[in-house]
Amino acid sequence: MKPLEPGASPVALASSSSSPSLRQVWQPWAVLREMLVKTWVIAELEARKLRHDPTELFTRAVQPALWLLIFGQVFARVRAIPTGNLSYLDFMAPGILAQSVLFIAIFYGISVIWERDLGVLHKIMASPAPRAALVSGKALSAGIRGLTQAVIIYALAALLGVDLNWQPQALLGVVVAVILGAANFSLFSLIIACLVKTRERFMGIGQVLTMPLFFASNAIYPLAIMPAWLQVIAKVNPLTYIVDALRALMITNGTPVFPLGLDFAIMSLTTVILVALAARLYPRVIV
Amino acid sequence: MILQTSNLTRRYGALIAVDHLNLALEEGEVFGLLGPNGAGKTTTLKMLTTLLPPSDGSATVAGFDIRRQAAQVRRVIGYVPQLISADGALSGYENLLIAAKLYDIPRAEREQRIIAALDFMGLRDVAHRLVREYSGGMIRRLEIAQAILHRPRVLFLDEPTVGLDPVARHLVWDYIRQIRQNLGTTILLTTHLMDEADLLCDRVGIMHLGRLVACDAPQALKVAIGKPEATLDEVFIHFTGNQLQTTMGGYRETARTRRVARRLG
Repeated sequence: MKPLEPGASPVALASSSSSPSLRQVWQPWAVLREMLVKTWVIAELEARKLRHDPTELFTRAVQPALWLLIFGQVFARVRAIPTGNLSYLDFMAPGILAQSVLFIAIFYGISVIWERDLGVLHKIMASPAPRAALVSGKALSAGIRGLTQAVIIYALAALLGVDLNWQPQALLGVVVAVILGAANFSLFSLIIACLVKTRERFMGIGQVLTMPLFFASNAIYPLAIMPAWLQVIAKVNPLTYIVDALRALMITNGTPVFPLGLDFAIMSLTTVILVALAARLYPRVIV
Repeated sequence: MILQTSNLTRRYGALIAVDHLNLALEEGEVFGLLGPNGAGKTTTLKMLTTLLPPSDGSATVAGFDIRRQAAQVRRVIGYVPQLISADGALSGYENLLIAAKLYDIPRAEREQRIIAALDFMGLRDVAHRLVREYSGGMIRRLEIAQAILHRPRVLFLDEPTVGLDPVARHLVWDYIRQIRQNLGTTILLTTHLMDEADLLCDRVGIMHLGRLVACDAPQALKVAIGKPEATLDEVFIHFTGNQLQTTMGGYRETARTRRVARRLG
């Protein structure tokens, strides 16, 4: 069958797409496969855009680099924060990686407002890709962005003499934690974008959220030295679990405060919940 | 009937954007929905493409209910929104590649179909340039190419020539005619350009404040108002009692239209 030739019949296509086997029968595996394939397509779309213009990856890396180079170096000399058997730089490097994942993902939702204003979103929403795949594709692509930040942070940390754990399974764990972490915050950000709908309001809310999320976590100081009320907040902050997992996996002598399994379980569970929520809210951004 | 609406209604708060719309399109026709900004054309298209749930009433596209069978509807339609749906940060080829993947065009056919679409739309030479660098006419052609790649049964075009210069506009008209001729696609387009509707459409429906106030072949409408030599403009004024003007466009919509016009122009 040759495409777009004069007289080519659209009937063949139409009849195949409306056949009963595709229509009424509930096929969980087909649904799951469709979900994964389309998630991958959306992530590919985003990755291609990034390849054409990777500037953002470098500008986003500046702030975490400053934290590591300046804040980290200074506080390492002060020795004001008890970090157990780790040097302060070792302790904070995973925190800064988590921070850069947070920063690159938390403003990602604005892309959906941008695409809505352009019209690209209308095209994608009118396609047969499931809405859940549209949002999980975005989440995965935030994960890819997060990984580029991880490469930069690893390079900087290695230069600063941070005692990095280079074991393959530990690295794999970092990759998974970074993707899940970026997915968490980008989905959260997408949900906000779907609710507020305009760039101005979104930027305001994004600014308001970022710093509290960062400071109310164990990124640059341990849970143990926080006042009780802050500990409560830190324990419901997903960033805490990401940092905890990264600290255990990224640093040679790093140990998690919570069981590693719990860290990953929480990250995975919130991702699934946020995908479901974002998929429900996604169509609202167009209205 | 390939497309049928029954009392299709959409409200935004107190505003009724589309008011009990009853439309029926025959397979293979080019149907034009006419009206000023704010008449409810775009809202109608958004409902028919499953982007917006109706407040009331129902519609079927290719036999599928837009509410209960939205996923099936999306498989058999193509949509070119009024805004810009080609991604400027990707090349023309990449835009088509992603569209092909979103619509599950089999891997074996993908490349061939993309190249055929690029050839058909005269974009082969610029396929690997970023769409950001395309002219307005080229962007529109690419958008139409990605909307017909999966050979939809119904193609929705929302103001397909807005912001285009006369040459590019005529080119788009030629392509629309060819798509109908070659693929037998039913085409529903919106426009506020009367000459566009007169030249291109088998039938037109005139929308005014959310209601369909007239619906027939352009010539039949002219006869109906007793002036067979009239322009469609006169027909329009007869049925809406209104000069063609922005009745409810408002700041936001005007800003959007101008932005699109600027990007395409």
